Amino acid sequence: METFDVGIYATLATVLFGIGALGFLVRRNLLVQLMSIELMLNSVNLLLLAFNRMHPGNHDGQIFAFFVIAVAAAEAAVGLAIVIAYYRLKKTIDSDRLER
Amino acid sequence: MTSTPSTMLFIVCAIFAIFGAVATVMAKKTLRAAMGLLLNIVALGGMYLTLHAELLAALQLLVYAGAVVVLFVFVIMLIGPTATTDTGGKALAERFFGALFMGIVTLMLASALVRVSAPLVGVPEEFGSVEGLGMALYQGAALPFELVSATLVVAIIGAIAVARGRTPKEAAELKAHRAEKEAEAAARSAQSQQAEG
Repeated sequence: METFDVGIYATLATVLFGIGALGFLVRRNLLVQLMSIELMLNSVNLLLLAFNRMHPGNHDGQIFAFFVIAVAAAEAAVGLAIVIAYYRLKKTIDSDRLER
Repeated sequence: MTSTPSTMLFIVCAIFAIFGAVATVMAKKTLRAAMGLLLNIVALGGMYLTLHAELLAALQLLVYAGAVVVLFVFVIMLIGPTATTDTGGKALAERFFGALFMGIVTLMLASALVRVSAPLVGVPEEFGSVEGLGMALYQGAALPFELVSATLVVAIIGAIAVARGRTPKEAAELKAHRAEKEAEAAARSAQSQQAEG
């Protein structure tokens, strides 16, 4: 019987999520931290689509991934606006030196 | 994965996705990190094709690669040379242990998942295509769709409000307001000192 190796997709999604989480925790640059958040969101999208392929009776996984893409775009816009506003005030985007 | 081309596509996209992710996380220059993110997003777009999610692959390229990454590049350009903070300073041991623990957790999860497999179910006609996903979206998730439109409008207004900066008139008003507050606080503390003394 032919199998669909959902485990390979899940492993890849896990590895990408781990790299994104690592980047968020280790890097001090606010922009790179925001990019790591996008990496994590993308890995979750991959997992959702893999599970939907496993149960192709309905489109739920793809609809969910659609909304994840939309909300992630909105969140990236607002997050980057905050970074710009903060940079204008403090002239730094070093997350170790965030202060009032 | 049934056919060799689809397996090849998966392998190539997986290699580029991981390479892009590592480049994002480890690049010293922020622009290189953005390019690594772009590579990761495009590779994932290719991988969505192996999962019969054609519309989402196109949307991934349009929205993520075409808008979000461009937004990041604009912000890097606006911030200028300060965008590259030096990665030294945070204790090397701290970062090494953080990396180590995250690596261990990821490996544990990945090793548990790698051998899972499921029977290959044939996809119905129109699965993941514009018609199929569009019908499912508008018939089953029309309300969340409209709410996401509203969310995007709110996000636009919020981003403008946060990053707007002040016109000279507003800056002058803010200065006057702050001077007033300071004068009030000084008067109050002078009063309380008088009351004690």
